[in-house]
Amino acid sequence: MNPTRKRRLTIVVLIVAAAALAVGLGVYALQNNMNYLLTPSQVQSGQANDYKTFRLGGMVKAGSIQRSSDSLKVTFTVVDAGGAMPVEYTGILPDLFRDNQSVIATGHMDGARFVATEVLAKHDETYMPKELKDAMAKAHADKKVSEESAQGDMP
Amino acid sequence: MSSWIPLWLHKLGSPPTFYRFAGTLRPWAMGLALLLGAIALYGGLVLAPADYQQGDAYRIIFIHVPSAWMSMFIYAVMGVASFIALVWRIKLAEVVAMESAPIGAAFTFITLVTGSLWGKPMWGTWWTWDARLTSELVLLFLYLGVIGLYHAFEDRRQGARAAAFLAIIGIINVPIVHFSVNWWNTLHQGSTVNIFGKSKMSWDMLWPLLTMMLATKFYYVASLFNRVRTDLLALEGGKDWVRKIAEDEAKS
Repeated sequence: MNPTRKRRLTIVVLIVAAAALAVGLGVYALQNNMNYLLTPSQVQSGQANDYKTFRLGGMVKAGSIQRSSDSLKVTFTVVDAGGAMPVEYTGILPDLFRDNQSVIATGHMDGARFVATEVLAKHDETYMPKELKDAMAKAHADKKVSEESAQGDMP
Repeated sequence: MSSWIPLWLHKLGSPPTFYRFAGTLRPWAMGLALLLGAIALYGGLVLAPADYQQGDAYRIIFIHVPSAWMSMFIYAVMGVASFIALVWRIKLAEVVAMESAPIGAAFTFITLVTGSLWGKPMWGTWWTWDARLTSELVLLFLYLGVIGLYHAFEDRRQGARAAAFLAIIGIINVPIVHFSVNWWNTLHQGSTVNIFGKSKMSWDMLWPLLTMMLATKFYYVASLFNRVRTDLLALEGGKDWVRKIAEDEAKS
């Protein structure tokens, strides 16, 4: 390689390395701000006290969805591994909103209740036909039953 | 001449040889792109079963995901070509880098629009400042910046070198787009298709997706070759080989 090309190569590599370092440090510094949501247990431990509005994320507790008969008002409970939080929302919910679905609600605290102005549903990265899902759920349930009966057999 | 590079590759880098080579391959690439695209659309929209969670609405994945892959793939090609253009000043590399940018920008735009259309019914919003969505938007701005900078110069080759620099620096964004869903809590889902390890999609949905990926790759080749040929003619306007093509055209 001739000297001119070698010099150009060095300059280009150095500039790219410097830019990568700058972006890397910037992203690292923003790490905490890049997180999208707080979970109910984080809110209850006081991590949301600094925020007027924030995003609350977790699962919709099965059977907790209650719709008002004369308005678009909905109340439900969002849970994570260590906490639960009642949420109130008025508006149209996304198609995927249902029991045991991951949701992300934006809003503020009103006493112990979370009043949401927007509710988003999160879906995971799994795609499969409904029949397969049902078959898997059935296999899982059968396994559970056989385990339970096996335990029942023990003295 | 470096001895480790085969002679045919050196020849391919010369504008008249590449012009002929691209002219021969282009119709085949376009034909394959159309054929595979039609198969993938039929497989995805008709043959593939509905999803257990999202029903039929998930079918936009067959456009959204291949476009997103192409938006990153084309940026990588543009970055490598820009690097070669800056260090070795090969004319063909400059042309390939600059003519990749509009195609990549188009794929990025399609990704953002289809993602938005998918996000409204499923998530409940057209847009949110999630790490994946934001980094993909930055990718679009990088493409537009490269296109803009290239055309801001009177001298095309000088413009290509300036834009190549921007393209190389912007390549840092490509891994950020790819890994954003692993590094941060995002509304966007994680990766479904994994090269290493098992994909989280059943096979009757996966094959149309992979077929569409091949179709978009061939479309890129066809579109790029067409653009590069036009650009080479314009850049080499005064040279003998271009004059000969023009004379042959005039005769027929």
